[in-house]
Amino acid sequence: MSVIVLLLIPLAATALVCLPLKRAWPMGVTVAANLALLILTARLAWWVADGNAAVSAPQVWLLKWIAVDGLSALILLLIALVATTAAIFSIGYLGHENLPPFKLRLYYANYNLFIFSMLAVPVLAEPTLVWIVVELTTLCSALLVSFDNTREALEASWKYVLLSLMGAGLALFGFLVLFAAMQASGVQTAYTWNGLVAAAPKMPPILLQTSFVFILIGLGTKVGLVPMHTWLPDAHSQAPSPVCALLSGVETTAVLYVILRLFPVMHASPGAHAEIWALVLGLISVGTAAFLLLQVRDYKRMFAYSTVEHMGVILTAVGLGAAVAGYGAMQQILAHSVTKSFCFFAAGSVLLMAGTREIAAVRELVRRSPVAGAALVFGGLAITGAPPLAIFLSEFTILKAGLTQGQYLATGLLAAFIVIAFFGVMLHVNRMVFGSPTEGRMNGSSDKWMNGSQPASSDGATTPSIHQSKSPPIQPARLPFSCGLALVLAAIPVLVLGLYMPEPLHELLTQAAAVLK
Amino acid sequence: MNQLVENLNALMGGLFLLAAFGMVAMRQARGCLNLFITQSVLLAASAALLGVRYHSEHLYGVAIVNLISKPLIVPWLLRKTSLEEIYTRREVDQVLNIPTALLIALGLTILAYFLGRPLSNAVGSEFRGPNVSIGIAGLLLGAFTLTVRREAVPLLLGVLAMENGAFFAGIAISRNLPMLVELAIATDGLIIVFIMGVLTRAVQKHIGTTAVGELAALKEEAAEPASEEVLAK
Repeated sequence: MSVIVLLLIPLAATALVCLPLKRAWPMGVTVAANLALLILTARLAWWVADGNAAVSAPQVWLLKWIAVDGLSALILLLIALVATTAAIFSIGYLGHENLPPFKLRLYYANYNLFIFSMLAVPVLAEPTLVWIVVELTTLCSALLVSFDNTREALEASWKYVLLSLMGAGLALFGFLVLFAAMQASGVQTAYTWNGLVAAAPKMPPILLQTSFVFILIGLGTKVGLVPMHTWLPDAHSQAPSPVCALLSGVETTAVLYVILRLFPVMHASPGAHAEIWALVLGLISVGTAAFLLLQVRDYKRMFAYSTVEHMGVILTAVGLGAAVAGYGAMQQILAHSVTKSFCFFAAGSVLLMAGTREIAAVRELVRRSPVAGAALVFGGLAITGAPPLAIFLSEFTILKAGLTQGQYLATGLLAAFIVIAFFGVMLHVNRMVFGSPTEGRMNGSSDKWMNGSQPASSDGATTPSIHQSKSPPIQPARLPFSCGLALVLAAIPVLVLGLYMPEPLHELLTQAAAVLK
Repeated sequence: MNQLVENLNALMGGLFLLAAFGMVAMRQARGCLNLFITQSVLLAASAALLGVRYHSEHLYGVAIVNLISKPLIVPWLLRKTSLEEIYTRREVDQVLNIPTALLIALGLTILAYFLGRPLSNAVGSEFRGPNVSIGIAGLLLGAFTLTVRREAVPLLLGVLAMENGAFFAGIAISRNLPMLVELAIATDGLIIVFIMGVLTRAVQKHIGTTAVGELAALKEEAAEPASEEVLAK
């Protein structure tokens, strides 16, 4: 099967949605294209899980740099999955606000281009080309982040582009040094991920180390690792919710994938210490994000910080030792992508229902919209690793691997941070869904809550109609059908993967973890 | 002959570094653009000189691609996407005053020297130019520019200057990158200009400023007034 088709589908969809037809046209095309992508990537992943490596048949020009192994197949599958559910969610989310047709086409054209750039990251095997498509993911998603054209959205988009490009500049130098290291090794192989692993034992360690650090810092900016994470909560909260699902669910993972690709190269070289870097940066990210989660005021920012936390968890898992915790890291990548996309769909539904991003302004959600309320609770539990769900299983695998490695301190810290994050997220979710409006005012921590425009009614159990008059305006009573459908579709893997890991998927994760060794 | 070429290359490196310093200090947007163009021409010149020194057609290619894309297409694209008015902007209040900024830039350059030395030693003995250190300095100064500037165009040029720096070092140590990659990176630079130009225009239209560095609504603490608004409804 030709991998190149995967890249052509979103490009064709981009061209098609630009046709000036009815409003349903771009939506339909995008859903159909992404569904086709999902089927193709699932087939490809199945094939790779059986132990085949997918390489394009004619070894000419650009095609010779296309190769798919277990790790890239996993990322491809996740991108296609989230792209499909997000496309379905977009229908209801965008249909809700009355957009001019031009804006709508712009959204879908950018959407498909963004999918193209993300798919190209795992498909290409030549590091400098990968750098280019990583940069393309930033550029294709910039206009999606600023889509609402509000002051905040534009600021977020600008910060996103600027910091990502700054990171990309550092990473470019890293990749050029990596190329120099490859030439200096004297090993005659192609400049691909596999070629690098082959040449690594003979590379000058100083060049390899330098390039690793530059790439880790540079691309780590885009992954949202902690000292460089400042743009992430802004961009991931201001973008339209389906785009947030893509940014948080798969874009960060796709970039992290590039960093993970360097670990086997570092392993092959004597005297290179990639694990320490991963462990330290990972733990700092998890810890900082866990404490920031306690004090967020915007529920989309809350899920964005949770992305920082989970990227840290994955990196920590790799740092604990790819041989032991590699499978856990892969499981975490899978679980995080499916769960985080669900969380942002839930957050988007809440936004549609409540009309505000403020945690303090959303109370008694369960009465206004039981569906959105239930989704938010489910999402909150799922993303923080509550027992029968996907992330619980993967985090458990990682912690277990850490203990068998004898890394008690790192594992203990990781477990503690995960617990803090659990309380942080559930505290806010609980207040939003079940908390009475009065309680919200008390927690607003300033007297304006008390002597505001309305008299403060201290008895929480008043009739719903009074709450309605106090609450921010509620536009629709019911969630759009497609939003509900996307929520259900996204919830299925979260539930299923927590209870049972299908055999082919297990094979795929094993293959992916084997790449890391 | 080789000695002459190497000396010329070192001269280009020195001027390249000077241009990078200039971009940290220059207040006017148009001045920044001119410095960036100069820097790109110097990069192309250095690539051509290295091409002569090592008999590499590949490096001539780099020189030509750089000469066409950056000094010619970038200013044209900027003019197409953003408004003319931007060029006449002067930044009166930078985050740091100019002497402090230059002092920090000097520190970064010294750091770059120590970072670059072992790298160029490790690559092989045949090359002894200052290119790697100067390239890293260009990279770091570009990153530093991004942190001190506030106007959109100087920020955009800072990003491109970082790329220039990475290349200045990169072509000296890794000489045989495939031409396709070269072209793709150049195209990528143009997409950066286009997207950032469009964004700048949107910022100008919806917010009425191009001092994007001064936008600071998105903070954890800043959430307070917004909740007040929600309540007022």
